[in-house]
Amino acid sequence: MIKLVNVHKSFGSQAVLDGLDIVIPAGEITAIIGPSGEGKSVMLKHMIGLLKPDSGQVEVEGENILDMPRASLNAVREKFGMLFQGAALFDSMNVFDNVAFPLQEKTRMSKDEIRSRVIVALEEVGLKNVEHKYTDELSGGMKKRVALARALLLSPKIILFDEPTTGLDPIIKKAIHQLIKDTHAKFGFTAVIVSHEIPDIFDIAHNVAMLYKGRILQYGTAQDIVHSTDPIVRQFISGSIDGPIQMI
Amino acid sequence: MTAIIQYIGRSTIAFISELGRMGWFLFHAISTALSNPGNPIYILKQLKFIGAKSLFVIFLTAGFTGMVLGLQGYYTLTKFGSEGMLGTAVALSLIRELGPVLSALMVTGRAGSAITAEIGIMRITEQIDALETMALDPFKYLVSPKLIAAMIALPLLCAIFDVVGIYGGWLVGVKLLGVNPGAYFYEMENSVVWRDVYSGFIKSFSFGVIIAWVCCYKGYFTGHGAEGVSKSTTEAVVLTSVLILVWDYFLTSVLL
Repeated sequence: MIKLVNVHKSFGSQAVLDGLDIVIPAGEITAIIGPSGEGKSVMLKHMIGLLKPDSGQVEVEGENILDMPRASLNAVREKFGMLFQGAALFDSMNVFDNVAFPLQEKTRMSKDEIRSRVIVALEEVGLKNVEHKYTDELSGGMKKRVALARALLLSPKIILFDEPTTGLDPIIKKAIHQLIKDTHAKFGFTAVIVSHEIPDIFDIAHNVAMLYKGRILQYGTAQDIVHSTDPIVRQFISGSIDGPIQMI
Repeated sequence: MTAIIQYIGRSTIAFISELGRMGWFLFHAISTALSNPGNPIYILKQLKFIGAKSLFVIFLTAGFTGMVLGLQGYYTLTKFGSEGMLGTAVALSLIRELGPVLSALMVTGRAGSAITAEIGIMRITEQIDALETMALDPFKYLVSPKLIAAMIALPLLCAIFDVVGIYGGWLVGVKLLGVNPGAYFYEMENSVVWRDVYSGFIKSFSFGVIIAWVCCYKGYFTGHGAEGVSKSTTEAVVLTSVLILVWDYFLTSVLL
């Protein structure tokens, strides 16, 4: 379980998180939706300790991760996998080395074992014969899939997905959603997915939270969100230009 | 008036915070290098990048520096009828001062800027965040190997600079201007002592620390986007060069 309590975070004079409270239940898939620039990625980075709040609490499985010594924070991070919005692949390495990196650094597996694990992981995300390519030779969608393979490889207990399917074609998008659903069913990890894929994301998420103006506006099951009477939530999921959310 | 005081206060706090952060960065880099230097392959790669790939520029600058010293030294020493001391003048200038300083400035321009740009790009593309989320210490992969490599490479490059520079001076002094070749090397042997050599190496070693420290720091805490990386790279080269010259003065006053 991940718990954020009354979290405030500002960058300069701009308050991004403004008293945010959320509980991410263990073993379930929770989707975070909300307009662009509302702090969804910032919220994810608080969960893994990449950002520290100006005030508030962040707990992972009952442990307050703020002000933890580095070694303890790393022990908590061992439980996590994360897929970044921009993939965050190491651009000085090829695809194989990118995916193999956590295995090489954190396990004592043999070279052959690592090789077979990497190839299987890449095949699971629909990539074949790309091991020797460098990241600048890949399309945006391929980069995301390599990053997904890297995030899933160590079978973490908690996986944070920051827009895992943005920029992918509809078929790959469906395949990635299905992959998340299947691997979740297999391993039962806790997943937090920041996504703009509405309504597709409702098919895989057990819970959906809508972030708006630095707080959780509504939290519930996908059905609760779909049938919400809140005008902001309704406008957002219908994608209407008219309504209380003024983006332009 | 209040605005001016506020501005001065803000700038002072920012400056002190920056100093503190730089101090913490150096401490963390050194403690990681000592306690957990990581895969030797990473250190060898950096040794190749900082050291071996700087050889051409070191040869070039050392050769011409020695040649200029030969010319200037000959011009000055002939006024006193002491052109036989040319070898000593060239060697002492290079070994004590110019070798360590110029080789460090060359490495700053060639490798230091690249180090800042590399780490800066990794920062803005979240590659450093990715390392942290894997519970891996970015210092072990990005900073410590560069620090160790710079500490090894700089004294070696300095030694090469000294030798090439001395032969540059010999080329001009002996081959072009007719100084006695025996006197050039004999006087050098007589006047250069071991203390001159190791003081040059101590300088080079500490310049290696400065280059890796400042250039890694500027990349690690770079600003936003391409402009942020470009600004950090410029700042890294300028700050490193200034620190090398300032530190050189203090070190010289201690080692003399």
